[in-house]
Amino acid sequence: MKQKTQVDDIDRERYDFRFDEDPEAMLASGITPEIIEEISEEKGDPEWMRKFRLHALEIFARTEMPNWGPSIAGLDMSNIVTYIRPKSRMNTDWNDVPTEIKETFERLGIPQAERESLAGVGAQYDSELVYHNVRREVAESGVVYTDLESAMHDPRYAEMIRTHFMKIVPPTDHKFAALHGAVWSGGSFVYVPAGVHLEIPLQSYFRLNAKGAGQFEHTLIIVEDDAYLHFIEGCSAPKYYEAGLHAGCVELYVGKRATLRYSTIENWSKNMYNLNTKRAIVEEGGRIEWVSGSFGSHVSYLYPMSILSGKGAHAEFTGITFAGAGQNLDTGAKIVHAAPETTSHMDTKSISKSGGISTFRSAVTVQENAINSKSSVSCESLMLDGLSRSDTIPVMDIRTDQADIGHEAKIGRISDDAVFYLMSRGLDEQRARAMIVSGFADNVSKELPLEYAMEMNNLIRLEMTGTIG
Amino acid sequence: MALLKIDNLSAGIEEKELLHGVTLTVSTGETHVLMGPNGAGKSTLGYTIMGSPEYTVTGGKILFDGEDITEESADQRAKRGIFLSFQNPIEIPGISLSDFLRNALEEQTGTRMKLWDYKKQLKAAMEVLQMDSAYADRDLNVGFSGGEKKKAEILQLLMLKPKLAILDETDSGLDVDAVKTVSAGIAEYRKNCDGALLIITHNTKILESLHVDHTHVIADGKIVAEGGAELVDAINENGYENYVGK
Repeated sequence: MKQKTQVDDIDRERYDFRFDEDPEAMLASGITPEIIEEISEEKGDPEWMRKFRLHALEIFARTEMPNWGPSIAGLDMSNIVTYIRPKSRMNTDWNDVPTEIKETFERLGIPQAERESLAGVGAQYDSELVYHNVRREVAESGVVYTDLESAMHDPRYAEMIRTHFMKIVPPTDHKFAALHGAVWSGGSFVYVPAGVHLEIPLQSYFRLNAKGAGQFEHTLIIVEDDAYLHFIEGCSAPKYYEAGLHAGCVELYVGKRATLRYSTIENWSKNMYNLNTKRAIVEEGGRIEWVSGSFGSHVSYLYPMSILSGKGAHAEFTGITFAGAGQNLDTGAKIVHAAPETTSHMDTKSISKSGGISTFRSAVTVQENAINSKSSVSCESLMLDGLSRSDTIPVMDIRTDQADIGHEAKIGRISDDAVFYLMSRGLDEQRARAMIVSGFADNVSKELPLEYAMEMNNLIRLEMTGTIG
Repeated sequence: MALLKIDNLSAGIEEKELLHGVTLTVSTGETHVLMGPNGAGKSTLGYTIMGSPEYTVTGGKILFDGEDITEESADQRAKRGIFLSFQNPIEIPGISLSDFLRNALEEQTGTRMKLWDYKKQLKAAMEVLQMDSAYADRDLNVGFSGGEKKKAEILQLLMLKPKLAILDETDSGLDVDAVKTVSAGIAEYRKNCDGALLIITHNTKILESLHVDHTHVIADGKIVAEGGAELVDAINENGYENYVGK
């Protein structure tokens, strides 16, 4: 019996070896060094970045697909290349955009020009005017907010990017981190100098239409000591790409006593595989606050990680995941307590409906030196019918006995009594249910700026009426 | 014309019939009391009038404003002007009392309210009920004491101004002061709306400050006695012995 296990191990090694060396295997994955060179040249990468991309490609080729989460067998890897090749973007036609997406734009009241842009077709949406004003205010405070490509070529930031790019999410992390390293394109770079409190939230929404942004975008944020930033990623409109893969990467550096709030409302169209990696490292007395709403995609793997590297650092994760028909959303958060007196709190809700599967994974690690640390995890699931599934998978690795760890999980359904109660006040059944679900999601909506909270409630209402997805 | 006409109504849960041919008429401006021992079918009648899907009508019909509403859903009935004050109001996390009530009001009237006007109305109604204004921003019924829950129900009554208000054991579990406050709320509703009240109770404290037009006694799912305010006094004195097990 034990022999069998050994045989399996040997088999896999051999497979790795073959995959690594066989150029055809690389072709099967759609991406070749030539294509990477092409991307690199198109972007005018500095030499180090060109090498970085090629190296990441090698790692991509030899790394296996994840085999522990929802199936991604439906992901057509050979098709990715058609997207990542320069000049092949924006080649879709408005007529090819699925009706459900168009209807959603309609219902969310998004202007036509913007719709086309969000759907990956048509001209660039003219958000420059709005963006320009934001940019001036931001610049006056000394904050840098630009796209990563430009920053990489700016002598003032080039070194900063070289020393921070894919350092907390190395390409060796997993297959899609490697892919990201090889083909990344677009994204944001934010630098907040020490002591600067930026009052207005920065919104990547304005950047959605930057060239190539959206699919393999890289977000790099550095918040220096004693500074404050709120960054908002995404919007409630479904983003549609033919290629069906999102492998973005977010790296957040939070300095001493600094605070970074990172909010996301994600609503990828329901053909997408969302394999996104987000990570923050927090120094002494700093805070990272994640606010996350996941609504879209066909399959998601999303577990923002906070590494509490300095004494007294704090991480907070507030999230909601809504899985409808055909969706398998595997979300959660990871926290690493790597210094004494670090604290963390996770508060997540998940909703599943019409056969949707929602899995919540939490991983809390408390290292040996992280004495007097505290962590609490609370997750609640709501299943809207008997077809849907909801799982909770908590993992805890606690290496000191001087830590205070709590975990709480609840699973429930909408009670008929509650629906009747709301209906008796004149709300029809759908509205009553939507109201209960919105209420359930209020841990996140409370944390979002008003217009985003409203968008999120609109989204929930749309999901509940079953007119989309 | 009769506002509510219940005609030979039978209803129950699944196979079990709980109401056996109840007939009852309520007209605008009247106050009716429905009394009876525990398990007589008082609440069943209230829930069935409101359209709870838990109960199935097996015979007879319910008319409101002359129209047959027997098959209508609870929200349709609410829009017609029927209101039920719940004996055990449900806790709904994540929705504030104020937001909920504004939604309900807009849904029923079909018009948008100005936030300022709404807040003013809400504040005035809360003052009548001596409710701490902080409750407006608290999640609907979540963590409210029994008394505050009942007050929140009467608050909804005052704001929604229904044509017919069914109060299901609104006085149960309340102390003397709270009963007084709730009674004051009901009197306020009486004063402001030309509505009708159907008060379900097995207690008479709440009736002291109200003029009762009709009393119905229900036992074992049947109306067993009818009368005026004097019937309340008779039951106060003798209990239900004369009506039970007949």
